[in-house]
Amino acid sequence: MTLLQSFRVALKALTTNKMRSSLTILGIVIGVAAVVALMAIGNGATASITSSIEGIGSNVISITPGKMQTGPGGQAQSGNLTLNDFQVLASQLSNISGMSPVYQSSYTVSQGKESYTVAVSGSNEDYLQVNAYTIDYGRSLSKNDRQTDARVAVLGSTTAEDLFGGLNALGRDIKINGINFEVIGVLEEKGSSGFGNADDMILIPLETGYSKLFGSAAVQDGERKLSTISISADSADNVETIMTQTEFLIRRVHRLDPNQESDFSVTSQSQFLSTLSGITTTLTIFLGAIATISLLVGGIGIMNIMLVSVTERTREIGLRKAVGARKNQILMQFLVETVTLSVLGGILGILFGVGIAALSTGLGLITAEVTVSSILMSFSFAVVIGLFFGIYPAYRAAGLHPMEALRYE
Amino acid sequence: MLTVNNITKQFVMGENVVHALAGLSFTIKKGEMIAIMGPSGSGKSTLMSILGCLDVPSSGAYVLDGEQVESLNDNQLADIRNRKIGFVFQQFNLLSRTSAFDNVFLPLSYSSNGKNKKETVKLALEKVGLSDRMYHNPSELSGGQQQRVAIARALVNNPSILMADEPTGALDSKTGIEIMTLFQKLHQEEGQTVILVTHDQFVADHTNRIIRLIDGKIFSDEINPNPILAGTSRPVGAD
Repeated sequence: MTLLQSFRVALKALTTNKMRSSLTILGIVIGVAAVVALMAIGNGATASITSSIEGIGSNVISITPGKMQTGPGGQAQSGNLTLNDFQVLASQLSNISGMSPVYQSSYTVSQGKESYTVAVSGSNEDYLQVNAYTIDYGRSLSKNDRQTDARVAVLGSTTAEDLFGGLNALGRDIKINGINFEVIGVLEEKGSSGFGNADDMILIPLETGYSKLFGSAAVQDGERKLSTISISADSADNVETIMTQTEFLIRRVHRLDPNQESDFSVTSQSQFLSTLSGITTTLTIFLGAIATISLLVGGIGIMNIMLVSVTERTREIGLRKAVGARKNQILMQFLVETVTLSVLGGILGILFGVGIAALSTGLGLITAEVTVSSILMSFSFAVVIGLFFGIYPAYRAAGLHPMEALRYE
Repeated sequence: MLTVNNITKQFVMGENVVHALAGLSFTIKKGEMIAIMGPSGSGKSTLMSILGCLDVPSSGAYVLDGEQVESLNDNQLADIRNRKIGFVFQQFNLLSRTSAFDNVFLPLSYSSNGKNKKETVKLALEKVGLSDRMYHNPSELSGGQQQRVAIARALVNNPSILMADEPTGALDSKTGIEIMTLFQKLHQEEGQTVILVTHDQFVADHTNRIIRLIDGKIFSDEINPNPILAGTSRPVGAD
């Protein structure tokens, strides 16, 4: 009996029991579809997060106070970042295209009867460029605003929408913590970067913030504190050098001994990116693993049905043996049957998985990216599962004694 | 041509050893039509499975067409069954939802020889008078027709022995006689060797020789000089 014949026999056996066959492959279909779709969604999520972070600008270096110590018993070590640190960096660093000191805090902001809590950032005129914001209408902060402690504010698109409901906000006043500020500009929508809403923010001149808004919390030992210093390098090649120089300069300003840990962190967007893509990759693998378990369960379903099928067809097996079927021909017949089931399930599962991925893309939920590797992996896994779980029932069928099998009731 | 010499068969049932066959010897010549009779438990089924190469004896020799069967392995036994033995069972054992043609084709799908397999199948179905029912499924055929499909399946590989286990057991007496007619015709016109395993005296009386088994031994081995001509109805009270 050739393989083609075994295949024909298998197909016939499967089509005589259509309902059961389709229920059996359902497990494999769901498993494979889940693997393909979840991997596609995971990859899509990774890609979209990565691209939105790259949108911030991959040449950006951030300096934040304190340092998260790694290793066992790791804890956040507090530290301060001051305006003095920024001034030292500003005077010493080269190859930079922009640099902004930021002090950020949340305040209640009101306009008429509307009132919200919004993150307010005090910074300089480089802030928008470094953080990849663009002005929708009005103007940005100027050096003059800072020097004159002007009470002016630039609103994020969401904040402007919330406060003014689509009306022109230019020249209108808002109250930040009860203090009047004039709106001089509104930003274009930037889209979510995965951490809260980047469009729900207010930008004011740093000096104005210190003198009118932030109060004593922003001053320690006579020094003005900063939340972040953002530096944008003029090219990606200079990022490493600037980071090293920054580390060195601030350590010197902070008078740290060589054996002391830094009380600040210098991170680049690309570092952050690799950390994040590590997380999303883990997530994708995790999703894939869950889907793989369902594939495994589908395989057990196949074994279950094949065992039932062997018992049910005991007399048929006995007869086939009586008319001259060899042991391995019976083995082959049942193996071909399970593999046919799992291949069929695999193909349908791939179609379903790709369909789900396309649907989630079409509905705008997430741009899923189906990868060839996930298709190949889940398909071959489905076939291997069919083989693995098919071997036992097939072996049992092949081992039946013909005479006893024929008498089986 | 078939010879068994002092064959025995033991089965282990739990802690007991059952001696199903306790030393049998006989020869069946080509072209004979013979019945093996005996009450249940006499070992006739065991003898049939050994003669049909479904099993091998525990000891003793079995020569079928010059081949020492008792020393063959599973695969060789399967090949011998395919080439030399045709089985007919009480319950027909046809594959359901499979046409008569495909049922008869089954033994050929396990054999390597033979080119015009389709022709061979048609010929076998013609021999049993079912050429007009070739593409019917068993469920669309009467019991007698189903048994004739089974006989065609047994004949399709041109076997040395046609072995029938209670072939009329599941049929009414009229249809049973039809089947016996077919066996006698195959025996007389084609010289087919036929071994019938039965407990029915009336069926056995259609053959030329009757071997009776009791307790795994031959009780009698007699020539039947006047076999009943099939078509004669069953005498009243004989059952």
